[in-house]
Amino acid sequence: MSPIIQGIITIIVGVGGCVGYFYFANLFLDKVLFPARGPNTGRNINRANMIRPWLFLFPAIFALSLYLVYPVIGSFIRSLYDRAGTEFIGPGNYIRLFNNPDFRQAFFNNILWVIVVPASTTFMGLLIAQLTDRLRWGGFAKSLIFMPMAISFVGASLIWKFVYAQDADIGIINAIRGNFGAEAIDPLQIPFWNNFLLMVILIWIQTGFAMVILSAALRGIPEETIEAAIIDGANPFQLFFKIKVPQIMGTIVVVWTTVTILVLKVFDIVYTMTGGNYGTEILPSFMMDFMFRDDGQATAVAFVIMLVVLPVMIWNILQARKEMR
Amino acid sequence: MDNIAGRKSGLVWATNIAVFVIVVAWLIPTVGLFVSSFRDRDQISASGWWVAPFSVELTYRTRADAVPTEDGNLFILEGNLFESEEVRDRFTGGASTIAAFGLRGREPGAFPAGEEVPNNDGGTIIVHEDGAYIYTSNEPFDGPPRVYFTADTPPDFTLDNYRNVLTADNMDRAFINTLTVTIPATIIPILIAAFAAYALAWMEFPGRGLLIAAVVGLLVVPLQLALVPLLNLHNQIGIGQSFVGIWLAHTGFGLPLAIYLLRNYMVGLPRDIIESAKVDGATDFQIFTKIVLPLSFPALASFAIFQFLWTWNDLLVAKVFLPSAGDAQVMTVKIADDLLGSRGGDWGILATAAFVSIAVPLVVFFSMQRFLVRGLLAGSVK
Repeated sequence: MSPIIQGIITIIVGVGGCVGYFYFANLFLDKVLFPARGPNTGRNINRANMIRPWLFLFPAIFALSLYLVYPVIGSFIRSLYDRAGTEFIGPGNYIRLFNNPDFRQAFFNNILWVIVVPASTTFMGLLIAQLTDRLRWGGFAKSLIFMPMAISFVGASLIWKFVYAQDADIGIINAIRGNFGAEAIDPLQIPFWNNFLLMVILIWIQTGFAMVILSAALRGIPEETIEAAIIDGANPFQLFFKIKVPQIMGTIVVVWTTVTILVLKVFDIVYTMTGGNYGTEILPSFMMDFMFRDDGQATAVAFVIMLVVLPVMIWNILQARKEMR
Repeated sequence: MDNIAGRKSGLVWATNIAVFVIVVAWLIPTVGLFVSSFRDRDQISASGWWVAPFSVELTYRTRADAVPTEDGNLFILEGNLFESEEVRDRFTGGASTIAAFGLRGREPGAFPAGEEVPNNDGGTIIVHEDGAYIYTSNEPFDGPPRVYFTADTPPDFTLDNYRNVLTADNMDRAFINTLTVTIPATIIPILIAAFAAYALAWMEFPGRGLLIAAVVGLLVVPLQLALVPLLNLHNQIGIGQSFVGIWLAHTGFGLPLAIYLLRNYMVGLPRDIIESAKVDGATDFQIFTKIVLPLSFPALASFAIFQFLWTWNDLLVAKVFLPSAGDAQVMTVKIADDLLGSRGGDWGILATAAFVSIAVPLVVFFSMQRFLVRGLLAGSVK
């Protein structure tokens, strides 16, 4: 069967199934299980209304538990078993990982990514948001800077391969170096600094996101505070750093954490640009080296990523709860 | 407004210039890819895309294939290199000039144009800038002799790369596969999430706060955790690596964001409408389908765009949940694993493949930017 027809059937079955489920389950609840008539009308309506939320929630809870909750537990258990998955070896996989210099390199690089990328992205986003704020063509400029958000990490990596290529007739960096008489180099093979060249790609993609959100936050600042500062004689820089930034601190933190979480997921850039060679390995790409070969170690790496994300997750939940009150 | 903002005109200028520089810097990489995808392969390796509109000095290999004439005991070939059969197609414009020529492949530009030099057959050869040549020999020719030359070649923009990528490289199949993955994986989670979001926003039941907190927590669970256990599960229940598997996976992974975005939006709907509908005797199901769902269209649209972009651009999930064989590859996998490996040096093909894969998201992005921005804001700014 051709995948297109299969796809169409899936859409019909999936969508129809969902709609059917919600409609008929609802009907069943009202007409058969707890009909709103007869001697117990009142009690039945109350009971139906107690059950209904769970009816609405069931597919979502089921999918979330199966695809996100179960894997956390399943991965952890799997990481305690050996490569074949038959023998329990306790923390063996973790010990092997921490003794593996490649893992330590990946871990170290990942920390670099987590520090540099969110910081630069937020900074660039804030800078551009502020610069374009009152510009007549600001909307146009923002939409161009926002554009990389639509590009896949693979596509972005290829785009940047044209920037970093060693051939001075393809890579613009080497072309510029050539103009100053320097010899062509492969930027992606410079130890340590190549990590930053890869980070530039993610910053290039994510700055638009930061910019859009921060620019909305800047617009939301009450005009009176700005006018008062101007009347008191604040210069534009004081205005920005002492009046505007403190008022949008909450949003800055949100942007920062969102990008941090993203950084810990992205393996595409490293995978496409260097394949993890030349000391650019990060945890997600390191995990893919084990995927399909040694599930024990692969899940162990995944769980290490989870542990790194955990503080952000807890902080997020606390924030959400604070807002609901 | 400009004046009360306390800005000096110099600062305004500086701002304009700074923004312009940033925008240009942001665009350069993409423009490079775009230009390269239309350039001829030889031109790509001969000059950078930033000089694409100018002519390039390229090396050619041809034969002096004019009809031989005899002058006493001297055999003469007289003709024009630009009109020789092997390179004729490349010089239809007629504006090219020859810079140098040579007789051996190792030194294709050994002699400057216009110089008369001895050839391998005991005679001489001269090639002029306009391509005219005279090749002499003391013996009859047993075939047209080889001549190499370098010439300024006018820019050559073609659609050949696109033709190659879309036909020879199986990219058309990958394109369809990507569509097949993307569309169900976008529609199904929206439906499931909309009901759940309504329940979390407008229905009272014990444990609601806890569920919302759980959704927020699940937002950040790294995908990597899900790969091994779920692939094993799919294999056990018989789905294996297939389209069904990847649809389910994308549905599961997209749900937290969908529920979160939609709930945030639905909570903001005016309470009066929903309560007066309840007073008029509408059931929850009716309120949801007739009032809340239509009102939530902007949020539904913005999540749909997110999920579409995310599934279209995804590499990780496709690598794990789809078979690695050729006819099930999506475009990202095709580019990352296939083309970068086998066509690593063919920049024209790579640029074109990348551009084919980002064209659809770019169209979606520019036509629906409004909803995308709204969705981002609903998700992040409180």
